[in-house]
Amino acid sequence: MTRKGRRLAIISIGVGFVALAAGLMLFAMRDNVVFFYTPAEVHAKSVKPGTRLRLGGLVKKGSIKKTGGQAVTFVVTDSTREITVSYTGILPDLFREGQGVVTEGVLQSPAAFKADSVLAKHDENYMPRDLADSLKKQGLFKHAKGKFKSDKATGRPEQ
Amino acid sequence: MIVELGHYALVLAFALSLLQSLLPLWGVIRSDETLLAVAPVTAVGQFLLVAGSYAALTWAYLASDFSVVNVFENSHSEKPLVYKISGVWGNHEGSMLLWILTLALFGALVAVFARNMPRDLRAAVLAVQAWVSAAFVLFVLLTSNPFARLIQAPIEGRDLNPILQDPGLAIHPPLLYVGYVGFSITFSFAAGALIIGRIDAMWARFVRPWILLAWIFLTLGIAMGSYWAYYTLGWGGFWFWDPVENASLMPWLAGTALLHTIIVMEKRDALKVWTIFLSILAFSLSLLGTFLVRSGVLTSVHAFASDPQRGIFILAILVFFIGGSLFLFALQAPKLKPGGLFAPISRESALVVNNLLLTTCCATVLVGTLYPLALESITGAKISVGPPFFNLTFVPLFIPIIVAMPFGQLLAWKRGDFLGAAQRLTVAVAAGAIAALVFFAMQGGPVLAAIMAGAAIYLITGSFVDIVGRLVRRSSGLHNVLVRALGMPRSAWGAAIAHAGVGVTIFGLAATGWGVERIASFKVGQTLQAGPYTITLDKISPRQGPNYREMVAYMTVRKGGAIVSKLEPSRRFFTAQRMTTSQAGLATFSFGHVHVVISQQDKNGAVSTRIYWKPYVSLIWLGAVFMAVGGGLSLSDRRMRIVGGRRRRLAGADTEPSATPVTGSAS
Repeated sequence: MTRKGRRLAIISIGVGFVALAAGLMLFAMRDNVVFFYTPAEVHAKSVKPGTRLRLGGLVKKGSIKKTGGQAVTFVVTDSTREITVSYTGILPDLFREGQGVVTEGVLQSPAAFKADSVLAKHDENYMPRDLADSLKKQGLFKHAKGKFKSDKATGRPEQ
Repeated sequence: MIVELGHYALVLAFALSLLQSLLPLWGVIRSDETLLAVAPVTAVGQFLLVAGSYAALTWAYLASDFSVVNVFENSHSEKPLVYKISGVWGNHEGSMLLWILTLALFGALVAVFARNMPRDLRAAVLAVQAWVSAAFVLFVLLTSNPFARLIQAPIEGRDLNPILQDPGLAIHPPLLYVGYVGFSITFSFAAGALIIGRIDAMWARFVRPWILLAWIFLTLGIAMGSYWAYYTLGWGGFWFWDPVENASLMPWLAGTALLHTIIVMEKRDALKVWTIFLSILAFSLSLLGTFLVRSGVLTSVHAFASDPQRGIFILAILVFFIGGSLFLFALQAPKLKPGGLFAPISRESALVVNNLLLTTCCATVLVGTLYPLALESITGAKISVGPPFFNLTFVPLFIPIIVAMPFGQLLAWKRGDFLGAAQRLTVAVAAGAIAALVFFAMQGGPVLAAIMAGAAIYLITGSFVDIVGRLVRRSSGLHNVLVRALGMPRSAWGAAIAHAGVGVTIFGLAATGWGVERIASFKVGQTLQAGPYTITLDKISPRQGPNYREMVAYMTVRKGGAIVSKLEPSRRFFTAQRMTTSQAGLATFSFGHVHVVISQQDKNGAVSTRIYWKPYVSLIWLGAVFMAVGGGLSLSDRRMRIVGGRRRRLAGADTEPSATPVTGSAS
């Protein structure tokens, strides 16, 4: 095989793989990308029930209810809108009333959400950035106790 | 005083790295031996200064000197000793210092051990390494000074984030950094070679041990991080496709590709342009990871609290080094002479396919990691790209790699025999098929798990087909086989073991399909079943640790009535940070784990408990250990030796039968 022929073969195989990868990615993007919304955005965008999404906000005070076994419901609020979240399983260590939370699951109706995962916050100073941004926009975000000012790692260090 | 000395040492290290980055290059241009000789001396000096600086910060931690901001924010006088030492890298500033220490370490290693390299190449390599050092030391000095003082020293520190107070902190970051930052030296080799303008098989021979070294540590570092997440984050998961995990996986994929293509370059003087490009790419991806973690653009378990100034600084470093090296690359690559020819079916071609697949895998991870960031900055929409995306893209691209791996080992250089290789692999294919059927009959469960397990067995068996074939060529006694086994080049054993390691990891991944998960409210005296094991909750009682209080659930694990293990999962409350963490209870049974996590006790005294039975799960990490051992064996091969006495051997014949003489090694 000549040098040119070889180069052509390598390039065409390479292009083939890249096309395959691009195809797979486009296919995967269609169904497996999850949007992040706050309750107000769910309302504003009139998200259809049955959509998979990440819902973020604050856990409303006094709204956590154990509904038997491992099941629990709580209300996620961004102070304009509220959505009741139902979840079965163990809540993260730092799940608390009045604290930020991000849940992932399926919207059942405009005001009800069934979560299959509740994301852990890894320390007191940490808030999922999606949520911090949304709360900032609405002026709900407070720099209480020097939060966000410290340079502490919020998890395992890396790089 | 010691702290100030540490700061001063770092400033000196910066000055020295500037010297090291300029004088040797001037020496290369003027062909001045004296200027070239500056490089090794400054490299060692720079390492000693950075090490001194690092030691000073460690001293501040050991002495609990809370007048240092960094110590105050991340330490506590009651913190156990091991976390005082490892806590140095448990925060942004300290870990940056470890980063720099690793950079300087590799520079010093090249200066001390790579004595038989051409002097101009070594000087150029060390100069480039010093450019990287200078940039990062400046970054630390200007934006992340770990030695900053508080005017009034507090009495007590804020303590280290409890999640980090785990033996994993002592092991994971150093391993990972040696791997991650280790690719800086291959980058420097590539840039150095481009500056000198001499890129040949000889160069490949010099750089290969360093690639292996970095790759071994990166493999272990990633595996250790995965294991740490598995037992500490309490979800029983070991890989989350978290952006920062991806940031370490990308250099690993590029590094693995480089590890293979460098062999082609060394043996056949081919694929030179591609090899140089991969050397640049691997370190560029390391830099990208550093940017992602430290700039605050990501939401991640790993992300350090953000500071835009730092992000911009690292972005500038990133652009300078990637842009600069690619510019050099574009300038020099067209001048390269074409290398050895090979047929479409040959070891070389197999390695090309391996490279194309690995880099495509790497690209899908890159897209999945950066796409959400790009989308948000363009449209403002926030999305998360999670495991389903990667399972659909990365996994299908990885399957051909599994199939091709044993083939590559069986094909000869230059021109291979595809049918012959396929014929020799029938044993492996049969073993895989039988294993798949047996596991499906035994475990039932998802068909995919059985197929994957079969593929893993095929890969493990296939990895050794070549070696076994060579050992028992003519039927001869056990003695002869043993003699031949010892005479076989260690790199051949290394490749087989590393490939088998991939198979072992895949088997562990396949076995996750057979796992059992139970979530229940658990009261004292109650019993739960998970897989073949029954777990009884004996009592719940508090216990005092060095800097925490914990509530421990004492459990007994039985199998068929007999007690096989005891578990003590707990919830720890750290007093200084007022924070709770979960400690999983783990019991190992023939590579499988019973994994128990408890939650808060409710009013009735019951604890929410998550119990997993995960068969063969430890093989996931054991496979990585095999890969590293294989890498180590290859590294110990005498043809890889970087220290002295090499020239004589270079002239002699290569011992491996399939090896061809090195071409184009004239300099």
